[in-house]
Amino acid sequence: MPITPLIAMVRKDLQLFFADRRAVIMSFIVPIAIGSFFGSIFSGPSTNTEAARIPVAIVDQDGSPISNDIVASARTDKNFALSLISADATRDQVRRGKMTVGVIIPKGFGDAAGKAFFSGGAKPQLDLLFDPSHATELAMVRGILTEHVMEAVSKEMFTGPGGRKAVDDALGHLQSTGLPSDEQRALGTMLHSVQAYYSQQDAAASTGASTRTRAPGLTMPYSTHEEAVTSGANIAYNGYAHSFAGMGIQFLLFATSGLGIEILLERQKGLWKRLRSAPISRLTLLAGKTLSMTIVALMTLLVSFAFAMVVFHVHISGSLIGFLSVAIATSLMAATFGLLIAALGHTPQAARGVSTLAVLMMVMLGGAWVPTFIFPSWLQQLTLVVPARWAVDGLDAMTWRGIGLAGAVAPTLVLLGFAAFFGIVAMSRFRWEEA
Amino acid sequence: MLKINNLRKTYKDLVAVSDVSFTLERGQLVGLLGPNGAGKTTTVSMIAGLVTPDRGEVLIGDHRLSGDTDPVKRRIGLVPQDLALYDELTAHDNLRFFGALYDLTGAALEQSIASVLELVELSDRASDRVKTFSGGMKRRLNLAAGLLHDPDILLLDEPTVGVDPQSRNAIFDNLEALKQRGKALLYTTHYMEEAERLADRIVVIDHGNVIANETLAELHARVPAGPDGGRATLETVFLMLTGRSLRD
Ligand SMILES: Nc1ncnc2c1ncn2[C@@H]1O[C@H](COP(=O)(O)OP(=O)(O)OP(=O)(O)O)[C@@H](O)[C@H]1O
Ligand SMILES: [Mg+2]
Repeated sequence: MPITPLIAMVRKDLQLFFADRRAVIMSFIVPIAIGSFFGSIFSGPSTNTEAARIPVAIVDQDGSPISNDIVASARTDKNFALSLISADATRDQVRRGKMTVGVIIPKGFGDAAGKAFFSGGAKPQLDLLFDPSHATELAMVRGILTEHVMEAVSKEMFTGPGGRKAVDDALGHLQSTGLPSDEQRALGTMLHSVQAYYSQQDAAASTGASTRTRAPGLTMPYSTHEEAVTSGANIAYNGYAHSFAGMGIQFLLFATSGLGIEILLERQKGLWKRLRSAPISRLTLLAGKTLSMTIVALMTLLVSFAFAMVVFHVHISGSLIGFLSVAIATSLMAATFGLLIAALGHTPQAARGVSTLAVLMMVMLGGAWVPTFIFPSWLQQLTLVVPARWAVDGLDAMTWRGIGLAGAVAPTLVLLGFAAFFGIVAMSRFRWEEA
Repeated sequence: MLKINNLRKTYKDLVAVSDVSFTLERGQLVGLLGPNGAGKTTTVSMIAGLVTPDRGEVLIGDHRLSGDTDPVKRRIGLVPQDLALYDELTAHDNLRFFGALYDLTGAALEQSIASVLELVELSDRASDRVKTFSGGMKRRLNLAAGLLHDPDILLLDEPTVGVDPQSRNAIFDNLEALKQRGKALLYTTHYMEEAERLADRIVVIDHGNVIANETLAELHARVPAGPDGGRATLETVFLMLTGRSLRD
């Protein structure tokens, strides 16, 4: 292949690319802007930033020791951004989306909860008002609230005056519970033991023999230790790594399809004919185009990653060689995709619309916007035929997942396969005859 | 130097070029005339190797043109009907690109760029972007791009479209100088007075067929003298040969 014409073609294409301010902004500025935006949304809890607190409002209409306790312990919960406002204000804010969940503790809640605790009386209701667009958070709030309510109710029942009253009441109404007599006897024994426990506590308090604070109520009998699993203990998930991979791929595909459309414009202006009048093979002409598109695509990806590395501390935690091979294979795939647009497109205008749609579909299904793991499983299987999926997964593997060189082999080979396929179809469908 | 024999090209049912033959010698300018859609550009494209003829052959010297990479394509310079220039590049960068397509590099390339720019009088605008050029300047640069690799045969497809009389005259002077230097020129045009001024021979084609192939004098002799007793214009000859019906 003659090298002078090849270099001249690539040089000319790059000169034209950089002369086009719109193309440069679309390839280097826009992906960085959108990548930063998505990264900041999806970066999730990382080692140095606190998890986002859920906006929760509690309305205490009860004012009992138990409800006071629930409010006090919810206030210390690091999952909640707690506000104490009126019921009307709560309803209004949930409707406006400013509050995710509103909890209303109705009048008589503490009393009824105490009774239900020992003797299975009617269970009181907690009213939860929630924003339907945050159903997942509702489940979280319900679970966390259970902990606070159980702790407050049991603490009051075992140590507070409400407990004594509840035990006395329960003992008085033992006959009316309708339980079989042996069970009535057993429950009576237990409640009497609780009364004995109360008197011991009172005695200890009056003599000052015990400096123990009030016994806590029932608490969760376990705590959790949470660890985000990546390949190394010191690697933190970085949402920016994913979003910059996704946006880099989207915009490098836009760049190469733009260059594919340039070929159609060259044809329309009669320039392509002029190139063909030189003693250059068709293969050299297409190779020159492929090479310049690959270079532009690779620059787009590397510039946006360089930005993410410097500004958002994205690391190539896997293999650098693996990263580069996935990046080059992705660029080659995108270049042959551009060639395909030039081969199949008729007018530049029509090709522009179709190719924009094709790129958007491809990157959306490839997981460039939202990661594919949130797709339903049938869709996850289906998107394996989308080249962008392999590019996103390959780059994820080499960056925050920190998988070694072996993890780059499959994405690289599959992407090269797509490149070969696109390239062959483009070459066979390319129109050469023209007057 | 250039001999074309029985060229034919059809697009589906449409016969673009039916049967065209003529020759072109060193130091000669042949005018290729014909109404719109006659098949002029298709003929030029077949000579330049852009379109494969269905039948017939193009001989350059004694060599039959074959394939995209045939080195004999170096002996041909194409100046296309549409301006083949990159508007966003400077004149110099355009010429450097087209020169490199013919494997020109380094000092040799710079030297040819300088000499063609001088010929078309654009040396002082070499580092300006083509999009800042007037129509006439673009046409002159388009001509210069076809001359870079010093071809023996120049194919000029309507090289003066949309050009003012000054630039047109400058181009004519260029072409006459090239003819003096022994180049063979094929000049496609609708303008009769251009053919009258430049052509040694005139080939008229219509509906893809050659309907006249003669010198200017022979062509004029075909029609009787006009009412004022002077020579019939080439315009009259042309209309007589091709008819008055509209084309396209
Ligand atoms: N690629 C093509 N596909 C189909 N038809 C074509 C193609 N190229 C040319 N033609 C047709 O072939 C005929 C000859 O076209 P050509 O361009 O050679 O004419 P021309 O003499 O150069 O006309 P003009 O003076 O307008 O430039 C026309 O009818 C044209 O429509
Ligand atoms: Mg034409």
